[in-house]
This record gives sequence, C-alpha cells and structure tokens, in this order.
Amino acid sequence: MTPTAVDMTQVLPVLLPLVWAAILALAVFLYVLLGGYDLGLGVLFPLAPSDRDRDAMMASVAPFWDGNETWLVLGGGGLLAAFPLAYSVMLPALYIPLILMLLGLILRGVAFEFRFKSNRSRWAWDLAFAGGSTLAALMQGGALGAFVEGFTVTDNRFSGGAFDWLTPFSVVTAVATLAGYVLLSAGWLIMKADDALRDWAYGVARYALIAVALFIAIFSLWTPFLHPEIGERWFSPGNIIMFCPVPLLTAFSVFSLWKGIEKRQRYTPFLWGAAIFLLCYVGLAVSLFPFIIPPDITIWQAAAAPDSQLFMLYGAIPLLPIILGYTAYSYYVLWEAPSSDAYH
Amino acid sequence: MSELDPLLLSRIQFAFTISFHIIFPSFTIGLAAWLVVLEGLWLKTGKQIYADISRHWIKIFAVSFGMGVVSGVVMSYEFGTNWSELSRRGGNVIGPLLSYEVLTAFFLEAGFLGIMLFGRERVPKWVHFFATCMVALGTAISAFWILSANSWMQTPQGFRVDEAGVLHVTDWWEVIFNPSFPYRLAHMLAAAYLTTAFVVGGVGAWYVLKNKSVPHGRIMLGMALSLIVWLAPLQLVIGDLHGLNTREHQPAKIAAIEAHWETKRGAPLVLFAWPDVETESNKYEIAIPELGSYVLTHEWDGEVRGLKSFPPEDRPDPVIPFFSFRIMVGIGFIMIALGLIGAVLWLTGRLYTTRWFLHAMTWAAPLGFIAVLAGWFVAEVGRQPWVVYNVLRTADAVSPVPGGSVLTSIILFVIVYGIVFGAGVYYMGKLVASGPEQTPPVPGKDETDLSHRPLAAAGNP
Repeated sequence: MTPTAVDMTQVLPVLLPLVWAAILALAVFLYVLLGGYDLGLGVLFPLAPSDRDRDAMMASVAPFWDGNETWLVLGGGGLLAAFPLAYSVMLPALYIPLILMLLGLILRGVAFEFRFKSNRSRWAWDLAFAGGSTLAALMQGGALGAFVEGFTVTDNRFSGGAFDWLTPFSVVTAVATLAGYVLLSAGWLIMKADDALRDWAYGVARYALIAVALFIAIFSLWTPFLHPEIGERWFSPGNIIMFCPVPLLTAFSVFSLWKGIEKRQRYTPFLWGAAIFLLCYVGLAVSLFPFIIPPDITIWQAAAAPDSQLFMLYGAIPLLPIILGYTAYSYYVLWEAPSSDAYH
Repeated sequence: MSELDPLLLSRIQFAFTISFHIIFPSFTIGLAAWLVVLEGLWLKTGKQIYADISRHWIKIFAVSFGMGVVSGVVMSYEFGTNWSELSRRGGNVIGPLLSYEVLTAFFLEAGFLGIMLFGRERVPKWVHFFATCMVALGTAISAFWILSANSWMQTPQGFRVDEAGVLHVTDWWEVIFNPSFPYRLAHMLAAAYLTTAFVVGGVGAWYVLKNKSVPHGRIMLGMALSLIVWLAPLQLVIGDLHGLNTREHQPAKIAAIEAHWETKRGAPLVLFAWPDVETESNKYEIAIPELGSYVLTHEWDGEVRGLKSFPPEDRPDPVIPFFSFRIMVGIGFIMIALGLIGAVLWLTGRLYTTRWFLHAMTWAAPLGFIAVLAGWFVAEVGRQPWVVYNVLRTADAVSPVPGGSVLTSIILFVIVYGIVFGAGVYYMGKLVASGPEQTPPVPGKDETDLSHRPLAAAGNP
C-alpha cells in the first residue's frame, strides 16, 4: 500500500462526514429559504386584501413550488444516504409531525393545480392551500424544536414515545418558524407584487419582523438551558469573542430590514430576511456541532460508510452547480408571474 | 404483540401510499415522452394540430405530475418513519441510489417543468422543446434509479454484512446493475408507455365517437395504436424474460404466482384456483397439464419448485401474487388483441368508422393502470417475507413506532388521498372533455368560463 493510500483511508472517514454535513446544511437552508417563502404565502393567503391578490400570490410561486420542495426531498434522501443512523433515529421520533407535514404539503401542492380549475369548490382549495401550508410550516418548526431538544436513544434506536416531540419548546419553535416564513413571503411579495398588494406586504413584514426578533431572543435565551454544553460553548471566554459576530450580525440584519421597510425598498427586505435565517442557521450549527442527534450521536458516528459517501460525492460535486444553474435560469425566465395567455 | 401491530399497519400504509403514487409516474413517464414527440413533430412539420394536441395534454400532464410529486415526497420519508431499521442497516446501499434519483431526476424535472408549463411564450421554441425533453428525460432517469433500488432489494448483490448487521457496498456496478434490474426497468418502462398509449388512444377514440375534435382524436388514436401494436407483444416477451430471471433468483415468488405447492417435472399451468395456506394445496383448481413447466422453463418436462420446498417462514402467501399475476397477464393479452385488431382496421381503412372498436378502446383506457398495480402487487407481495431478499426480513425492518400512530396516519392518508384522487380524476376528466380545440385560449375570449381558465390566469380580472 502506498503512503497516500494509507493517508486517505484515515482522512476520508473524518473529512467526508464534514463535507456531507455541509452539503445537507446547504440543501436544508435552501429549502428553508425557498420553501419558506412558498409556505409563508399559504399562511398569508386567507389574510390577503382581495381574491385578486390571492390569485396573484399563487401565480407568483406556481412555476417554482415543485423545485422548492425538491430541496426538502434532497434533505430527506441525503440524510438517509449520508447519515443513515441519524435518519433512522430522527424519522421515527418525529413520526407524527412529519406525517402531518407531508399531508399538509400534499393538500397545498395539489391546490396549485386544482384551484384554477374549479368554480364552486374554489373555497375548498383556498382552504387546502392555506391550511396545508400552515400545517406544514408549524410541523417543520415543531420538528426543529424537538431535534434541538434531542431524542431518547437506546442502542442506536429511538426509544421514546409518540408525543415526546411535543413540548413547550417545540411549540415555541413551531410558531417562530411560522413567523419566519411569513417574513420571507412578505419579502417575496414586496419584490413581486403590484402596488396595492406590496403596500399590504410592507405592513405584514413589519409585524412579522417584530415577532421574529422576539422569537430569536427567546430561542437564544432558552437553548443554553436545554443543554448546558450549549451555554458553555457560547459564553466561555475565548468563544464569546469568536462567536459574537453571529448575534451582532443578526441584530444588524433585523435593523437593516426595519430600515428597508421604512424606506419602502424593493429587494432588500427579502434579502435581509434571508440573512436573518442564515444567521440563525449558523447560530444553530455553532450550538449543536458536531452532533446530528444531540446530545448523543455525532456526524461521524452517524455517517454512512466512507465508500457510500464518496460514491455520492462524485455525483453531487458536478451536479449541484448544474442544478443551481438551471434553477436560476428558471427563476430568471419566469420571474414575471405567468398570466392567462402564457399558461400551459 | 398488541392488537395494533405496527408491522402489519406499516405494510398496509406503504402498500396504500405507493399504490397511489405509482399510478401517476406510470402515466407521466409515457406522457412526457409523447409530448416530446408532439412538440418535435410540430417543430419539424409546422402543423398547428400537433401544437394544439400538445398544449391540451400538457394541462393534463401538469395535474398528473403534481399529484405524482406530492405523493412521491411521502415515499422518501416513509423509509424512515416506518422502515427505520431498513434505513439503518441498508442505508449505505439504498441511500445513495435514492439520492442520485433526487440529484439527476427530480431537480431536472422540477427545474424545467416551470418553463415547460409557463414558458412557451417567453423562450424560443427550441428552448421550450429542450425543457420538454429534460422533463421527459427526468422521468426516465427517475425510473432508472428507483427501479435499480427496488431491484437490488429483490436480487441483492455487491455488498457485505458487518458484525452489527449493517450492509456495506463492495461493488457499486453490481449493486446498480443487479440481476433483476434490466428486466424490471424494461418491463416498467414498457408498461408506462403502454399505459399512456391506452389513455391517449382511449381519449382519441372517444373524441371520434363523439364527433368532437375529430382530427385531433384521429391523430391520438393513430399514434397510440402505432405504439401498442408492437409494444404490447414485446411486453409479453420482456415479461417472460423477467419471469425466467425471477425463477432463477426468487423461486418462491414463482411458486406463489403459479400456486405450485409440490416440486415436479411437467408441472401444470394453473388457470384458476384458491391457494389454501392451511392445507398447503389448491381448491377449485383448473389447470392445463405440463404447460406450466413449458411456460416457466421453456421445456415440457422442466422442473418447477413448489412452495413446500421452502420452509414455511420463508414463503410468501400465494393468494395475492396468484390472482394479481392473472389480472396483469389477462390485460396484457387484451392489449395485444386490441393492437392487432386496430392495425388490421387501419390497414383496411376502417379504423375510424368501426364503432365497436372505438368503444372498446375507450373502455380500455384505464387498463394500463390496473395492470401496473397488479404487476407491482405480484412483485412486492411475492418477495415477502423479505424486504432485502434473503438478507433482511420485513418484520425486522420496521420502525419502533406504536401501532396507534401508524393506524392514525393510515386513516389520514386514506382521507386525504381519497379527496385528492377524486378531485384529480374529476379535473382531468373535465380537461379531457373540454377537448384540444379550445386551446390555446384566445385572450379575452372565454373569460366567463372558469373551467377553461388556466391555473395561473391569476392577476387578470
């Protein structure tokens, strides 16, 4: 065996889980961003000023929802492939919220196709779109909270109860996620909608931002009490300097978003909203790393065989940039929402 | 085990959700390919009628594709919610196959679907054609990976099992191109094309019968029959080869399909029976002597293994495979017959005037779906009690979730899928009934008729 081969067999099992954690983090972040504005539109749907606005809201996302949701499928499928142990613990533990999320996604997904084909039953598909979106958003947030709190694991298997996921903390994260998605979708509408609807969206963004800022504060104060290690990590003397840009930048983003709303800017509200999500995401990673099932299982313990991770990486490295490329092209071509003579 | 057995309930839930799901890919794989042909013909000949038909069926495609997407997302999570032990032990093998499906197929479909559905007026014609090609390619690549994963679970190779019971891949080529994969892929793709052809042909025949959109209907029926006439017989050959392969790798499944209990040479072909697991024999059997051996081994005195040669705990229950197989094959023969009759009628110039045949084609429209479902019931029930054949039992693959959770989710899936399926079939039926002549919509023309208003007619008063 050559020296380099010996090195690689020792390096790969350390390196590959890090690479895959990064790729999955990207997939989940893109889902939260794209699926977030997408689901948020459904949450806002019943509150929109007029039926005409509801049509416009739905049309603005109709060409994209399928692609947005594919990041969620990559998140699930990628977790199975790269970290099968984490997948096999997490999904049974989150059985109820995930099934409810899937049912919500089904109802709101088919509403895109059915709503404009119906007359008398249109109210039902409005309800399916709004209810399904809201249910999916709440369950995603609830699952996030349960994930941060951790699961009961015995012998590498979930050994808790069906309702372990439902706690005060996960209820808060569920509502917080809903508020975050609404903030993103308000930002989306500010970019895309016509004047009247945009005015309304500025108002929504303002309330959503207040809620999001409040929830971030609650979340930041609460998580150190969930796991003392998290508190130590953030507040130990050396780390506090290293990690303090995360809360500072978050505060700056919240402030900038507020100014953007005040000044009626067109594109910055969505971008600052995305920045807030990214920073919360980074904060969560700082808190949890390297655990994929906190506080028991690390990304290295949960990792698939290096050979399996490597085999996927050969595909993922060339394919992900291509996917991002044609996704961007699709957004570029279809940026102006489709109208009746352009459809199908 | 309590009364609410999570294993049985999880099997029921998976069977229900995957049966619902497979209906849509079976249709969209073929439909996407046909839309490519139509768009190509339009680009090449410039004849507006091809564009009209394409525009009309793209709407139906959109509904079917949407239902396929939302029901497909469920599948990728059920591997974990309900079959976490399969994921934990088999994740090294099936995980990458499913991830490649997402990376190479789902994104391709989703990325270009928007342009295909909404971009016709915004991009050059060739870009729209390219987008349609990419969506069709995506559906086929998706079939490639998912059938590779399924086939590997049926005929696993290229792996080893470590001391903790976790599977590790030793050779990816052997995993992907496992013994049953080429046959299963060919069989399923042919099934998808036939399913679509019968829908398209059935709708075309119905238009001709109703004297509605007749030129379009004739093209649909003609194109469908030109595929059916050779693909339906070819499917019989592919199915036969698939069967020979199954006999080699999953002999217990073949014994269940044929309701053979005893191992013998010159085995009969059982046409009808009620296979009774209690007595290990058939009731009410009607059989043709020796034909079974010929069909299965292609020799009159070939040896055929019976179910009794397998330990009882390794046998599938034969009832569902036996009957499902006969339904599938019966439909296959009906398809072959309709294809041949249609060809004769076409050659003698009577295709569009022979009303009984047009009626027959209309009634045959859903046959492909029934055959696909029946075929998958044969494949999946017939491989029991294994989820990874001879490696991992279904009973050992189930998640540690309480039966009550699974029962609740089954009830919810049945309710939601019932609503969604009912609405989907209703709206697709309305689209079919509206006919291709109504498309493309002339702006401002049919504003009062909301049923023709396209999905994203949004924003216009």
